[in-house]
Parts: sequence; C-alpha cells; structure tokens
Amino acid sequence: MSPVETPAPPAVAVLRAEHITKMFGGLVAVNDVSFYVPQHSIVSLIGPNGAGKTTLFNMLTGLYRPTEGRILLGERDITRARPDVITKHGVARTFQNIRLFGAMTAVENVMVGHHAQMRAGLFGSIFRPPRVRREELQTREHARELLAYVGLREPVFDRLASQLPYGDQRRVEIARALASKPRLLLLDEPTAGMNPNESQALTEFMRTLRDDLKLTILLIEHDMKVVMGVSERVTVLDYGKKIAEGEPAVVRADPGVIEAYLGRQE
Amino acid sequence: MSELRAQLREWRAAVQQRLPPWSSRTLAGLLLVIGIVLPFLFSSSSAFMNATIIALAYAVMSLGLNIVVGFAGLLDLGYVAFYALGAYSLGWFGSGFFFKAHVHVLVSPVASTLLGVHLNFILILIGAALICAAAGVVIGLPTLRLRGDYIAIVTLAFGEIIADVAVNGQSVHIGGGMTLTAGNLGISAVDSPYFPGIGSFNLLNLRPWYWLIFAILLFVLFVNLRLRDSRLGRAWVALREDEVAAVSMGIPLVKTKLSAYAIGAAFGGMSGAFFGTYYTVVNAGQFQFGFSIFILAMVIIGGLGSIWGAVVGGLALGYINNYLIPDVLNNFPSKLGFNFQLTSVEFGIFGFLLVIMMILRPQGLIPERRRRLEMTAGIGAEDAQLVETQGPAGGPI
Repeated sequence: MSPVETPAPPAVAVLRAEHITKMFGGLVAVNDVSFYVPQHSIVSLIGPNGAGKTTLFNMLTGLYRPTEGRILLGERDITRARPDVITKHGVARTFQNIRLFGAMTAVENVMVGHHAQMRAGLFGSIFRPPRVRREELQTREHARELLAYVGLREPVFDRLASQLPYGDQRRVEIARALASKPRLLLLDEPTAGMNPNESQALTEFMRTLRDDLKLTILLIEHDMKVVMGVSERVTVLDYGKKIAEGEPAVVRADPGVIEAYLGRQE
Repeated sequence: MSELRAQLREWRAAVQQRLPPWSSRTLAGLLLVIGIVLPFLFSSSSAFMNATIIALAYAVMSLGLNIVVGFAGLLDLGYVAFYALGAYSLGWFGSGFFFKAHVHVLVSPVASTLLGVHLNFILILIGAALICAAAGVVIGLPTLRLRGDYIAIVTLAFGEIIADVAVNGQSVHIGGGMTLTAGNLGISAVDSPYFPGIGSFNLLNLRPWYWLIFAILLFVLFVNLRLRDSRLGRAWVALREDEVAAVSMGIPLVKTKLSAYAIGAAFGGMSGAFFGTYYTVVNAGQFQFGFSIFILAMVIIGGLGSIWGAVVGGLALGYINNYLIPDVLNNFPSKLGFNFQLTSVEFGIFGFLLVIMMILRPQGLIPERRRRLEMTAGIGAEDAQLVETQGPAGGPI
C-alpha cells in the first residue's frame, strides 16, 4: 500500500507534520506520516488500537523526538523543541488516561497550566513585590473562570483533583490545557468513559471552544459518532501508516479504512 | 478506636470553624514572642539551651531537605554533603586555616590581627549558601534523567564523595603548604560570629547564638512559606506528582528541578556554616552518611512536604538526640539494672521511633495538605519511556 498523498496544505495550516517516523529500537511506531491541521478547524486522528496515534501526539508535544521528518507550528520548526517550549508557543494537550496533579486542588492544577504565562522568578516569589502579588491574584481568578467555563461549580474548585469524579477530572484537564492560552489544543480520547449524552455535550463544547477562543483542535477519538459529527478532516492511521485522509464522509467510505477496522473480507 | 477518631475529627472541625480568621496569625505571633523570650527562661549556658540551638539548626536543614524531597519529590540521601560544604565554607573563610592569606572583612578586632581569611559571619553565611547552591546544581545534573530509587543512589554516592574528600583533603595541597581540609584533625580555632556593636559571641553565654540561629530559621521558614504558594512551588509539586504532565503544561524540567536542589542545598549550607562556628571545629568525622538519614528522618517524621512538619520534625529529633537521650534519660537503663547507657543505643531508638511513626501515623506529625507518600508511588513503565527526550545531563531537555 503506498502512502496516501497529502495535498498541498493551505497557507493557514496551524500545524504541519512532514514525513515523520518514530522507531523504538526495531519497531516502527509511526511510519512516514504527513498531515496538516488547518486553522480554526477540528481534525480527528483515528485508527485501531496500537496504530500510533498517541505516539504521534507525543511527538507533536515534544515528549518524543521523531526519528525522521519535521514538525512545523505555523512557520516555526518544533521538531526538536522541548515540551515546555512547545507549550509556550501555543500547543496544549490532555491525556488519554487523565494525568492531573492529584495532590493539588482543581484551581492549583489550572494555575500550573498558567506557568508559561507567568513571570514571577525565584526572588519575585520570595519577596512578592506588588507585581507578583497582582499576577498571582489574577492567575487564581483566571483559573476559577476557566473552571467555570468548562462547566464546573464553585464547591469543587478547591477540592483535591484526585478526589473529583471522573467527568470533572476530564473537565479540569481541559481547563488546565486552556490555561496556557493555546492556539492548538490536542485532545487524546476526550470522550473515553463517557456516556452518549456526555459525549454529545463534549462535542458541542469542542465547537464552542473553536468559535469562542479561536482555537484549532486536533483530537484522537474512537467514538465514530463524535468523529463524524465534529471533524472537518479525518486522518486515519493503521500500523503506524497513514491509510486515509480527508472529509469524514469520504474517509468513512474508504475501503482501506473499513478493512483496517473490520478486517479483510475473504 | 475509629469512632474516637471520628469524634476527634468532628471536634476539631467545629473548633476550626469557630476560630476567627486572624487566629493563625495570632498563633504565629505568639510563637514568635515565645521564641524570642525563651532564652531568658533558662540559664544562659545550660544543656537545654545547647540542645535548643542544635535543634533549631537541625530544623533549618530539615526545611532545606524538605524542599528537595518533600516538594520536588527527589529522594536525596546525600544531604550531609551540604552540611559539610557549609561547615567548610566557615572553616575556609573564618579561621587561620589559609594562613598565607590576609583578608579581613568586618571582623572582630582580635580576628583582624590574625593570619588567614576572616570574613564576617553574615558574609560567610551568604557564601556558604551560594557554594552549596552551586554544588546542589552539580549533584542535580546527573540525576535529571533518573527517577525514584536511582536518584537516591546517585545522591548517596555524592554524599560519600564529599565525606571522603573531607577526610583526604589534608593531603590535597593547594600551594604555599596549605591543604584543602584538615581531615579528621579538623580545622579549629574558627572565628565566633561578630557583629559591630554587639561584639563576639562566646560559648559561656549561649543566648546570642540562640537568637542568631532563630533568626536564620525565621528567614528560611519565610522563604519556604513564600515559595510553597508561588509559581515555583506549584511547579515543584506538579513535577513530583506527574513529570510528563508537568512538562506538557509548560514547566521547564531542568530549570525547575535544579532550582529545588540549589535552594535546598543553600539552606543546608547555612545550617552547616552555623554548626561550624558553634562547634568551633570543622572535622571530617562529622559528615557521616548516617547524618543524611537523620535529616531525612526529621522530614518524614514531620510530614513529607509539610513546612511546619519539617520544623517540628527537626526540633523533635534535635531535642531527643541532644537533650532527652544524653541528659535526661541516659542513666535510665542503669536504674532498671541494665549495664549500658542510652546514648549507646540512640540509633536503635530512632529506628524504633520511625517504625512506630510509620505504623501509627505514616503521613507524619503535621501532614502536608497535599499529602502523598512519594516513596511508595509506583513508577510506570510508560513514564520511563517518556523521558527519553529529556536529553543528556547538561544539555537542554
């Protein structure tokens, strides 16, 4: 199977991955994948388990370095950038298995998301001049606003993240990601463990995020209802290779995709 | 038992609700006043004053180690290295040890006639903090790619290296017949702290020593409290809780971890410099591995990650080690007809205390609000892979 050709990306692609490959020893987890994410769009990354989706996310956020290829954020090459630097340039993410800071409150979790936006250094933190005091107050206030924005209520703001119910933890994670003022938001299976109603609500919320905050969203998703309902483009991975790409309706009808999901019919 | 506990918890909550909002400030003020007037309640050269001074210096170290182990979750078993470097800072810059040099800055009239480097104690204190902060960065670099137990092993080795250098430094010639350390003989005749208008401290009157270490403790406590509720403090805890999530939220791993090592080490150095002058000798035999564990025990007994816990843990073990065992209970076994002194089994006593603590109150005396037992937390294989990009030591992650 030859790799699917990517059409020339539009001028306003927020993110472009060019021929990226990731090998772990002899294992090729992601094999020569190219794709792009247009500005203000919602793009889905789908594929069977083990297809390399999360590995791809980890490369986009700097946790892994690609073995080959390059990643461009706007015009900036972030292929070898550190995770915190990539975050600073406007990429935020959530995790498949929620990774909140369990021993911190919901508000503190979101305040950690503000880290790159804040300026207080060591001596500022110790002596706390008015500038730092103001920054701290504003950050706390903004964190509370974000928590309210993702649909949490006041009483849970100051509870430890580890004590929150699952659904609330997902929301805190999104609020924490939003706190870094991203241009591009990566969501790794945001509807995992949700019932159909909750998934539907999250789908609506993703649209709101894009329209309100002028965000671009790239998500990994298994729930086809969500994928088909929300995405403008879909990229399909299988065994580390891109096997299809395009509008949801086109991808759904693609024989290669059907085969990857259902197996070959003899 | 559990009913009793529930009842106690209820009462405590009820009391806390009724307390006015200024109660914690009042309590802090009260403690401050007690701390200042305490020396007047005891004879100025009593064993209790001596034990109090040592206990306060332990609390400073405990606060320093708490930043590294408690906040940032980096298990450091070589903290004695910073005690050593702090004490040697005092030995080098506050005695006649470097006898070829003639440097005198703001020291007592007597000291300014002596050979060697003699700096004012405050300058030495700052110097010790800076030297140890630099050493903290050096020990931090090789541990950046490591986790959990492996950090403990590297820091342990570092502590042992410093201890060996201290012993063998008497054979390291740095020119002019001067050596790096005085080994087990010790650098002696170190300067006592001197302040213009107050004069030199002496060991017949322990009160000034007390106020000096009390002031150092207040400063370190202040820095700890401020850092805990700051951008940097949150970054430390975030790294402790989940390194991968923390770096993905924009926290620079190298800078944040190294700052924890550096600040924790600086406090150890300050306490070490104080011990150097208080013990009047800087002897390589002081810097044993057991002391690292002793400080760690203070942090754990107090409550890992808890600032007030670190203070209480340091004071508690300080008093037990330097007052209760040698002065109060030492002859207790002989009264029962046993033929030994309590000081000869003190490590057994500490071990017993630790075990009792771990069974009855594993979270420590004053647990941190964000309490979590780091030592027992598993390290996921997935996480171990995710650090591959965190680069070699020294390079950008």
